[in-house]
Amino acid sequence: MMRVERMTVVANRSIARNIFELTVTGELARRVQAPGQFVHIRPEAAGTLLRRPISICRVDGDQKRLTVVFRAEGSGTKALAACRVGDALDVFGPLGNGFPTDRLASGAHALIVGGGIGVPPLYELSKRLAARGVAVMHVLGFRSACDVFYEDAFSALGPTWIATEDGSRGFKGRVTDVIAGEGLRYDAMFACGPRPMLQALAAMRGDKPLFLSLEERMGCALGACFACVVRVKDDETGTAYRKICADGPIFEAGEVVF
Amino acid sequence: MDAERLAVNLPGLSLKNPIMPASGCFAFGKEFGALYDLDQLGAIVLKSVTRESRFGNPTPRVTETASGMLNAIGLQNPGVDRLVAEVLPELARRHRAPIIANVAGSTFEDYVYVAERLSASGFVSALELNISCPNVKAGGLQFGTDPEIAARLTEKVKAVSAVPVYVKLSPNVTDIVAVAKAVEEAGADGLSMINTLVGMRIDVKTMRPVLANATGGLSGPAIKPIAIRMIYEVSQKVKLPIIGMGGIRTADDVIEFLLAGASAVAVGTANFVDPFAMPAIIKALPEKLDALNVRRVTELIGRSWKPCGTA
Repeated sequence: MMRVERMTVVANRSIARNIFELTVTGELARRVQAPGQFVHIRPEAAGTLLRRPISICRVDGDQKRLTVVFRAEGSGTKALAACRVGDALDVFGPLGNGFPTDRLASGAHALIVGGGIGVPPLYELSKRLAARGVAVMHVLGFRSACDVFYEDAFSALGPTWIATEDGSRGFKGRVTDVIAGEGLRYDAMFACGPRPMLQALAAMRGDKPLFLSLEERMGCALGACFACVVRVKDDETGTAYRKICADGPIFEAGEVVF
Repeated sequence: MDAERLAVNLPGLSLKNPIMPASGCFAFGKEFGALYDLDQLGAIVLKSVTRESRFGNPTPRVTETASGMLNAIGLQNPGVDRLVAEVLPELARRHRAPIIANVAGSTFEDYVYVAERLSASGFVSALELNISCPNVKAGGLQFGTDPEIAARLTEKVKAVSAVPVYVKLSPNVTDIVAVAKAVEEAGADGLSMINTLVGMRIDVKTMRPVLANATGGLSGPAIKPIAIRMIYEVSQKVKLPIIGMGGIRTADDVIEFLLAGASAVAVGTANFVDPFAMPAIIKALPEKLDALNVRRVTELIGRSWKPCGTA
């Protein structure tokens, strides 16, 4: 069950260009049910009004800790980047459905694909899949070498390929180039990243299931304001929809138009 | 505590406190109902409903601004028939708080159809007429900017509605008092004000409008002084009770609206900032009244302009 809580910052550090890893502690962490869920954080110090939806990167229920990784871009996320250990942070969550982890049997192969700031929620997903005996592979795309993060963390769970647009680290090109070039075989694919990347993955998945995480500007993040809707595929009524915040953010490719 | 202390009685609405959600910020109650008991509220106000179901505008539909937000949802709703058949029975069964349904349309016939269906459903205590949605091409704003058209629409809806009708006024007008007076003469039972102000943001990187709809409705604390001023003006010129809204976040904000001339208030954007904003405001109100030596909230209504010693 979701709640609003003043969580306490226990760590906050820069891990790549403008990318921050922020860990907070509180009861809310115990309530996280699935990887891919998100929290709605209010960056009070910024003097901004609305909350910022940020996906959960890792969670430790026993230690009551959860970690988010975000890009400091606007005034809200910049204020989060400036948080210090001991600061209180107004957090609402956990929200959204999360990735399914029970669709693959032990020994099956999962291909996990992330692009840029879409990478973080995939870490907890990979950890949980690996814990169930699923063989995890990762293909992570970034703009440039200085944008890469969590390479070691993913590598510890399974084979990991890095792609950069300028070739300054790993493969030069896109994640889809790596998947095709390496001839990666998998039983299901999981992805989070920019929509063009998700569209390319949907086009190449063949008959394998693809679970993807969608992003959109949100108001309430609760399903009440209808800010973050997507259309349903093959909808004849023209008015069918899913709410990314409440029905998603994880959808199976083929379910919605993105 | 005196249970009647926060109570307000308006046409068709026996409110145990003057706090209710603003239409469009609360969907049809279910989502916030999962967080707290909606019967704590004075009333439940539903998102606009139209004759046919609508998908609404493309995304992005919301963006933040200084002390506010812009939205251009575009009246997404399941249509009145599905609302009455599938949503209202469950909502009415679960809650005792009065339900106010919000009616939108793009023709006189649409409004009349929707109002008649809702009124006849038996599930709602009052209607709120949205003649001020700025976010769809034919979304009713044209009904809210011309006093004569607003009056004609009010008359037609009143003719088919067995429950009281509150007309939601647009601030996007030169003379809001003229619109208020016109709908009062046409038989409105109350007013709600204000709807959002039309605004816009342009992304300086992409050099394009941020919202897919280009323009949107501005809400939040940024518009509160405008709402206060308009309620202050209108409440002195019409006898109708006013449900006030526009940037309310705290119990002090509520008191300010009552002082300006509102009889009850609606909370909108603040629900997105703090999902428990309304229960928190209701809890804080009695102490605020104590500090002001006020026994009942009703004593505050219009006190900023009423001569001293009157109530």
